[in-house]
Amino acid sequence: MTSQDSRFVARVLVYPRAEVLDPQGRAIEDALGRIGFDGVRRIRAGKSFEVALDVADERQATEAVDRMCRQLLANPIVEDYTVEWVSE
Amino acid sequence: MKCGIVVFPGSNCDHDVYHVLSHVLEQETAFLWHQETSLEGCELVVLPGGFSYGDYLRAGSMAAHSPIMAAVRRHAEAGGRVLGICNGFQMLLETGLLPGAMRRNRDLRFLSVDVHLRVERDDLVYCSDYRRGDVLRMPIAHAEGNYVDTEEALDELERRGQVVFRYVDAAGRLEPAANLNGSERAIAGICNGGGNVLGLMPHPERCAEEMLGNRDGLGLLAGAVAAGGGRVGSLAAAGG
Repeated sequence: MTSQDSRFVARVLVYPRAEVLDPQGRAIEDALGRIGFDGVRRIRAGKSFEVALDVADERQATEAVDRMCRQLLANPIVEDYTVEWVSE
Repeated sequence: MKCGIVVFPGSNCDHDVYHVLSHVLEQETAFLWHQETSLEGCELVVLPGGFSYGDYLRAGSMAAHSPIMAAVRRHAEAGGRVLGICNGFQMLLETGLLPGAMRRNRDLRFLSVDVHLRVERDDLVYCSDYRRGDVLRMPIAHAEGNYVDTEEALDELERRGQVVFRYVDAAGRLEPAANLNGSERAIAGICNGGGNVLGLMPHPERCAEEMLGNRDGLGLLAGAVAAGGGRVGSLAAAGG
């Protein structure tokens, strides 16, 4: 990588869509209740990915991450994703 | 009929399907490595069960992007036969060759048990040995078989008659208790609009010989290699 390249790091968060039953989240919710944590309204169990990119600019980085989310990292039928940019 | 079984790292039902196609049904059968880009002239392509790529990310998601899948997609889109069993069904969903997605089983358990299936279509080549309403007994073995799609997509699937198998009780009745993984509308198997691509969670290759105590699955694999187009696509064409 040359010094002209910009580095972008995305944190991609993938969660089951709100209307999709999340059996893992439900099980964790139940377990929290059993060990005495009252007042837990909801648990959604998801995944996170850190994606470090060597691309020229922010537009390319945003486009690339959005495409990889739609094509592989998330299944849009059952999952939603959000992207946060973090400094490395 | 020349049959090809795609082998992915982590496939574990590939040899079972091979045995039934090659030894029981006496078809010319080959294994196709997932990194190949050609189907070598195979007319039936089977995506077998197992844990391709260790179920990384989502079951079937990595396999859906392996090199051979471009050829499988072309084959399917040209009307060629593609049968996805269990993990193979999950791959067909991940490639978009069939609609919908899989969630973890409702009770989070890996389920390895015999279930009953009701045949909902008998005009597909795959079901040519069955009659609509037949109740079959087949084993399932999966953790992610809880079929889901949007309500509108499920309605469309029903309207187009793409539901091929449903989980029922031994008498063929839809009962919540018989739908062990919690699939929407008790869906166990579906086909594409043309009827040439079929995916199902149960394992017909594990119940295709009398000596195994059950041969209810043999008909499905025999249908898959049956000559001619059968009535494939007729129902979809009629808008059924």
